[in-house]
Order: sequence, then structure tokens, then C-alpha cells
Amino acid sequence: MASASAALDPAAVRRIARLARIRLADEDVAQLQTELGAILGWIEQLNEVDVSGVDPLASVGSATLAFREDAVTDGDQTEAVLANAPARSGPFYTVPKVVE
Amino acid sequence: MSGYVIEGATGPWELVIGLEVHAQVVSKAKLFSGASAEYGAEPNSQVSFVDAAFPGMLPVINGECVAQAVRTGLGLNAEINLVSRFDRKNYFYADLPAGYQISQFAHPIVGKGVIEIELEGGAIRPIGVTRLHLEQDAGKSMHDQHPALSFIDLNRAGVALMEIVSEPDMRTPEEAGAYLRKLRTIMRYLGTCDGNMEEGSMRADVNVSVRRAGEPFRTRCEIKNVNSVRFVMQAIEAEARRQVEIWEAGGEVQQETRLYDPGRGETRSMRSKEDAHDYRYFPDPDLLPLVIEQAWVDELAAGLPELPDAKKARFMSQYGLPAYDAGVLVMEQATADFYEAVARGRDGKIAANWMLGDFFAGLNRMGRGIADSPVSAERLGGLLDLLADATINGRIAKEVMEAMMETGEEAAAIVEARGLRQVTDTGAIDGAVDQVLAANPDKLAEYKGGKDKLFGFFVGQVMKAMGGKGNPALVNEALKRKL
Amino acid sequence: MTLEFTLSGARDALRARRISSRELTEAHLATIAELEPELHAFITVTPEQALAQADAADAAIGRGEGGPLAGLPVAIKDLFCTKGVKTTAASRILEPFVPPYESTVTANMLRDGAVFLGKTNLDEFAMGSSTTTSAFGPTINPWQRRGSNTQLVPGGSSGGSAAAVAAGMALASTGTDTGGSIRQPASFCGIVGMKPTYGRCSRWGVVAFASSLDQPGPFARTVEDAAILLGSMAGHDPKDSTSVNRPVPDYAAACRRGVKGLRIGIPREYRADGTPAEIEALWNQGIAWLRDAGAEIVDVSLPHTKYGLATYYIVAPAEASSNLARYDGVRFGLRVPANDLTDLYEETRAAGFGAEVRRRILIGTYVLSAGYYDAYYLKAQKVRALILRDFTDAFERVDALLTPTAPSAAFGLGEKSDDPVQMYLNDVFTVPASMAGVPGISVPAGLDTDGLPLGLQVLGRHFDEETVFAVGAALEAAAGFSARPGIRMEAGR
Repeated sequence: MASASAALDPAAVRRIARLARIRLADEDVAQLQTELGAILGWIEQLNEVDVSGVDPLASVGSATLAFREDAVTDGDQTEAVLANAPARSGPFYTVPKVVE
Repeated sequence: MSGYVIEGATGPWELVIGLEVHAQVVSKAKLFSGASAEYGAEPNSQVSFVDAAFPGMLPVINGECVAQAVRTGLGLNAEINLVSRFDRKNYFYADLPAGYQISQFAHPIVGKGVIEIELEGGAIRPIGVTRLHLEQDAGKSMHDQHPALSFIDLNRAGVALMEIVSEPDMRTPEEAGAYLRKLRTIMRYLGTCDGNMEEGSMRADVNVSVRRAGEPFRTRCEIKNVNSVRFVMQAIEAEARRQVEIWEAGGEVQQETRLYDPGRGETRSMRSKEDAHDYRYFPDPDLLPLVIEQAWVDELAAGLPELPDAKKARFMSQYGLPAYDAGVLVMEQATADFYEAVARGRDGKIAANWMLGDFFAGLNRMGRGIADSPVSAERLGGLLDLLADATINGRIAKEVMEAMMETGEEAAAIVEARGLRQVTDTGAIDGAVDQVLAANPDKLAEYKGGKDKLFGFFVGQVMKAMGGKGNPALVNEALKRKL
Repeated sequence: MTLEFTLSGARDALRARRISSRELTEAHLATIAELEPELHAFITVTPEQALAQADAADAAIGRGEGGPLAGLPVAIKDLFCTKGVKTTAASRILEPFVPPYESTVTANMLRDGAVFLGKTNLDEFAMGSSTTTSAFGPTINPWQRRGSNTQLVPGGSSGGSAAAVAAGMALASTGTDTGGSIRQPASFCGIVGMKPTYGRCSRWGVVAFASSLDQPGPFARTVEDAAILLGSMAGHDPKDSTSVNRPVPDYAAACRRGVKGLRIGIPREYRADGTPAEIEALWNQGIAWLRDAGAEIVDVSLPHTKYGLATYYIVAPAEASSNLARYDGVRFGLRVPANDLTDLYEETRAAGFGAEVRRRILIGTYVLSAGYYDAYYLKAQKVRALILRDFTDAFERVDALLTPTAPSAAFGLGEKSDDPVQMYLNDVFTVPASMAGVPGISVPAGLDTDGLPLGLQVLGRHFDEETVFAVGAALEAAAGFSARPGIRMEAGR
């Protein structure tokens, strides 16, 4: 198991925050390093467990996916879908322009 | 193998090409919601709260989409995996409401298969398919509607896609084009995808790398979302040349995602990917394993239409058609069905020649296709019947065909109305021959002097004199006698 | 006055027309108005809607058409989407959100005639065991230590729902349990709280935290009441692929079964070092009660118990990091304006999520990230399979398990907030059952030396809520828990 006492350096904390799209103030980074490091260190105890030959849990029960019929039963509710939008233009959601 | 190389300053370079095709599944509703999957509706009018990833919303799988994926897998001669699983592919983008796409990463529903492609000259090559999996399509963002804003339409978000990944088996742009066309044909036969690249129901991501013959693979680049077969072929060439230049200059090709700019005929890097995506795939905990029964797969297999390869082989054996002709006729199921309706009870080769020749030419001129042909299969067959019983000759038949296309009338009516019956009266033929020979004494002398090629000239003149209606065999025979 | 009623008693009284739903609802709204300034159990109170529902229920009862919950005032955890009523998940990022749909569980309750008093407070996005991470302020436990007015936590994440029932602000309430978020607050607040089998209740319309663990469930002051409420909440929902298609049995009737001949397992690994002596003693007392009631007591082992927390704190944050990606300021909720899309996301989420949620999203993102998936998430899911196997093996030999619910009584408001790991240890007895998906109930069994309630937990086989209710009812009968919290309406109001 990856050792978390090669804990989290500031770059790792920033990288994770970027992946999670959460802005971090500079002063947050050090604190998160400590907190996240502590949590990851505590989780390390799973290293003790022998999981050879064990399949990861796919689902708690033994059920498998049930199929839905191919029928249009939803949609046609443009206003409801847009009603909570913080920003919209006519029938569209709007966001700051993305440059590709 | 293919011999296609790009000549660099230091020697020839081979191409290595792989294709990832995203094919929209033909279904009424989306993959995990009950909103309509139809194209072209008013913005955000086909959006379930599930598609818009509202709090507490959950996916429920559309069984028909699973069936369509299985049918496609069968059409690709591929392994159907009775147990597969959905994973979340996590990333942020404005057209991805949940911040993740439900896809299949580790355990796709379809495994290895093969597509046979035909190349110029009739060679057949098998191209490996690595896998096919089901996933959600994203919505659409429009960046050109407003100076400072992008507009988001989620109608397409959640529509079922099949992602079909080829092995990196292709070595030329032509092979890539043939693969895409064949894949499209197969899916259209199966009714699992309409393969409309302009509308975006079929999109190709192209993986290109180059290497010296015999080398292992070098770094590849991905060219995303190329939306026509022609552009795919152009993009491959442009990208391969770009890579060769880099290697030849002593540099190293960087693995990156690029876009093809058809206006400039070159690929360019996608700026938005500054850091490589870490998709953090994990099994979607809102879904259970997808388990299907072999009996159900067998039922689906039994319900498949005859597929293009099998149909082509049958056309060759049943109608005696050459491979190329059979291949063209089976490219669209509608065309193949049309052909068979024409060929039923008639000479298959003649039917094929007429369809592939004058009939298609006529349709092209009118900008029409099989679906809106002004001449039905029955009517085309009627024309061929008149030929077969010598009511008309070949030249007249061409004229009649044109008239049928313009007027929509049937052949027999046109022949009668215009008096186009073939003339078999030997007396009339002899008369015409004598007339022509008399009118062309110098040519006659040249012929007698050994210029055999002029025979065709005389045939043409006699036919002209007879308004095209002379029976060609009798005209030939009469000329031979008199020359 | 409201604390005099049970759900079952109130139902009888309504049917016998001894009281109207309007009177009952008004009495509860008055209790809420009186106690809210101190307890802050609610985020949103809906008096007009409640009275309208009460009137409709009275009319239905009058026609002889009242459903199983007709006219009964209950409270709903603000994690259930309620159509037309603000639903926040106790987060700034959802503060403006008004759902255009009703969750399946609350729709079931409305179908059965329930009256909704309002939406109760919780830890933000259900992440916590104290209700102190709510963006709208903590809920205060109506219980206080003898001779002290130190404010105590009600537990979490469903602290508002637990406090509301304990203080008589509602007859019953809904919660969700992911790692103990119903059972632990029930224990801290001296009431009954039940987590059904995973898949028993639909998660459709419940703001998702950890999809493979979340499960709606009832709070009430008696085991029978909890059974009545679960009967309405539960049932197959085709809109939730993880919802199980099994009929809903008569849970209330199961409460009367008794425990004669049942085998009750006592898992030795739940005797942890550092568990207070009082809790040990209460557990032993519970064992004695069940033995006296005719059950057979069996020593069992669940060897992977101690790894439950670490496994939980990998799996739950991982799923949460993905489930919470949709809170991005685009289609609903808070938006912090920005000039580019990435800034929009980052600023909105930084402003909208509290510290605990942010921590868990980051941990979750990390354990799923490239290079770490196998070591953390995959490994945790394997250990989870072993935890499940522990339970299924044990249930070959016994019909139910008896354990303490929590390793302590309710603690003070500021007491455990500095160290996240310390806070996580609150869930040590509840988490393994969550990982295995088995049903569990907490029943108030006694008081500690400070006069604070302590609960005992009963766990059962998948979909055998009936045995869990039967054992819970037997404990309840033997315990005779009748203590009331200090913060409540004075008698006669």
C-alpha cells in the first residue's frame, strides 16, 4: 500500500484540490496537509489485512441490474429544468465562455 | 504489407492507425433516463432531472440500449461478455452535468471482434476490434452565441453511445476510410446506429503514430471528433506528416490530443488539456453488475438481418456477380433490397450492370437516392424485361430509363408512346445499311483497304439512320454481309 | 403535551376522533416555536403547509379513508428533496435550491397521509456525527448533563431529526444512515433510530453522500412507532436501481413476537479498549434482559470489525467526491460569479462547501486518483467483502447481534471538533453494519452517571428487519426507559 507518511506535500494537496475543483487559499494548504495526512496515516492500518483471494465487493446484495423499457417517459419540462439555474439565457444554461 | 509510406529525408515511415468510434445508439429514450434520445429538438426540452444531475437523481438502464450493443457486437463477430459493469469517469466540463460520465472501463459488454474491409483492387483485410462498451453522451456547449458566455443544451446528455475501439491495425488513410464505411454499413444494417457523421450520430477519434518498418510502436497522438470519413483520411495524412517532420528533425513527438482543422489541412493541439486528465475510474455505486443470459444473446442473434459480408457472398454465388459489384450493392441495405427486387426472376448480372451504371448515374444527376428514387424496383425490372424479350435494344433502353426518371412513367408506356420498339425487319435494316454505305464512299474505301476499326463507325451511322432502334445483332450481321 | 403521545397512540386518538390532526399539528408547531431558538433542530419549518395537510387528513379520516400515517405530524431530514420546499443538505451550496420533485420515501409518507412539520438540521451533506458541520449552525441536544447547562451535540448526521423527536417537536422523523447517522444520534438523544437493510428504502430524491451505504430510516420514541413509520417509508422503487423488489412485511406486528428461542450473538470484537465502563455494564445488562426474555446468548466473532472505520473512510469519501461533483454552480444552487469556467467551479465550491465536506472530497479524490486506486479503494472494497462475510458467517449461528450503539454518551459542543479522526471514532460500532448493508436499530436502554441516554444496538440479517424489531422491542420492554430530556415544553402548555 502506498505509504502516506510519504505524506502529502503541498503540490499534492494542490493537485487534488484542482482535480476536485475546489479553490484553496494558500493558508489552507498547510492545514490540509496535516489533516489529510493524519487521515491517510490512520487508514494505513488496512495494510495489516490479508485480502489474498478476495474479490472486491460488487454490491451488498446479489441483485443484478433490472432493465427499463425503451419508452419516452420523461423530459418536455424545459422550465422546470431551468428554474433553479443561477444563470440562463432563454432555454439555455449559461457559463463563462469556454475557449477550446 | 500495404506499401504506403511517407517519405522522410532519412527514409520511409509507416503509419500506425487506430480508430475510436462513438456511435449514438438508435433508441427512443436515453441510456439511463426516460427522456427522448431524438435529434433536433428545442434546447433543453428532452432533459430528465437525472440527465441534468439534480440532487438525489439515479440512473436506471434502458434494456433496448443493451440489446443494441449486443447486436452490434454480434455484427462485429465479437465476444459478448455476459457480465459487464459500469464505471464512473470523473471530470469537470460544462456539458457534463454530474461531473462524471457513466461508462464502462474495466469490464465492457463486448470484447474482441473483427471487421473485414475491402480495398481498391479487391483486397480484403481484417481489422481487429478491441472492445465495444456503452456510455453516456454529453450535452452540447455552444461558444459562438454570445461574446462572453457559453450556452449549454443538455438534450444530448445521457443519450446512449457505443464506443468501438479498433486495434491499431490500419496502415493507410484508405484503410481507415474503408473501416469507417464498413462499420457504418454494419450498424445501419443492424439498425443500431444511423451512422450520420454530419449530424454527429457517429464520431471518430483517430490515433496516429509513425514508425520505421519493423520497429515497435512510437508515441501516438489522438485527433478528436473528426466528423467525416474524408476528413479522417485527410487528418491522418496531415498528422502523420507532422510527426515524421518532428522525428526527422531529431525531436520527439509528445503524446497529446489534437483537433483537425480542415480549412488549413493540419492538426493543432487542444489547449484545454494542460494537465492530463485523471479520470479516477471506479465502479458506479448507483448501478449493479450488468448480467445478461446467453439465451437472450442467442435470441438477439437469431433476429439479426443478413449482414453485409454474408449478403455480398450470397450475391456473388446466387446472382453470379463479381466481388466489386456485389460490394457496392450491399453497402446500404436499402440498395441491396432494391437490387434483389429487380433481380428476382431476371438475369442478376444484367440487373446489377443497369443499377450500377445508368440507374445510379441518373439518380446522382437528380440528386436522389434509393429512398426517394423516382423509379421503383418494379419499374426498373419492367425495363429490363423489355430488353430481355428484345422489344427494345440497349441504346433505346438508356433513353427509356432517362424518360422514366423524368416522368415517373413505366417503361412499356414510354416505348409505345414514343414508338421505340426495336426494329428487327431485315428489309428495313438492309435498306438503312445500303443508305449508309452509299453516303460514305470514302470511309467504305478505307475499310476495304484494311481499316477494320471503321466497322464501329458504320454501326453507329446505321443506328443513327434507324433512330437507334435497330436490333444491334441484325445490324451487325447485315453490315458484315454487305461490307 | 406532545411528548405524551406516541405515533401509535396519536394515530388511535385521531381515528377515535379524540383529537384532530389540526390540534395535534398546532401543538407540535407551538412546541417548535418555543424550543427552536434554543435547540435549532430545523432548517425550515413549514407551518402553513403542515396545517393544510392536517386539515386534509382530518377530512380523510372523517370519510374513513385515512392512510397509515394520516394526520400524524413528522419531521423530515433536510436531505430528502421535498417538492416546492427548500432543500439544502445543510450546505450553502444548496441554500437556494427548491426541488421540483418529491423523494420516493417522503412521497410514500405523503401518500399515507403524513403531515410534514418541516426540514430538520444535519451535518452538511450528511458528513459528520455531531450536526456541528451544518452551514446553518449546530443543533443542540435537548438532554443536558445533570447539574450542567453545557450545550451537548445531538449526534449526527441526522441530529436535527433526533432532537426534534426527543424534545417532542415531532412524533417521529426521517433520517439517513450511511455510517451510523441514524443510530448514533438516536443513542445520544434517548430515542429509537433504525437503519434498514441497504436497498429496503429508495434513495431516489435523497441527496446522495455515499451511494453504496446511504439508507433512509425512521426515528421515533418507541420501537413500534419506528416500525410503523418504516412500513410507510419502505418499498421497491424502479427509479432506484439499488432498490430491492421485496414486499414490505408488517413490521409493527413483528414488534410483538418476543425473543423466545432466538439466538443472540455477542461479538467479542465490540469490547474495545477504552469503552467506558458504563457502556460495558449496559451491554451486559442488555444481554441479561434478553436471556431473561427467553433468548439464547451466543459468543461470536466478527474478526474484521476494527477495520470497519478505515474501510468506511476510504469508500464513503471516494463515492462522495464523485457524488458532489454536480454541485458546480451551473444548473442549481449557489454560484459565485467568475470570468472563466474553472474559476466558476473552484470559487463556487470553495464558498459553498464547509471544511468537513471539503476534507472528505479531497480524501475521496486522492484515494481514487491515479496510482492510488488499487492501494486504497480497491483494497477497501476487498476488506469490505470480508466484513460482509463476517456477518453472514455469524448469522449462520445466530439470528441477531447485540452491541452498544456508541462509544460514549453525547459530548459537548466544542469537545471533539479539532481532530477529524477523533470525530470519526464515534462511528466505530455502527460502521461495520453499514459496510455489510445489514439492518440495525438503536434502542434507548439506560442513562450514564451524568444522566445522559445510552443506546443498545441490535443488528440482523439482510431483510430481516422483523427480527431486529422483535429484539429491539424486547429490550425496550425490559429497559423501561422513561427519562425525558431537560429541554422540553413545560407540562401544561
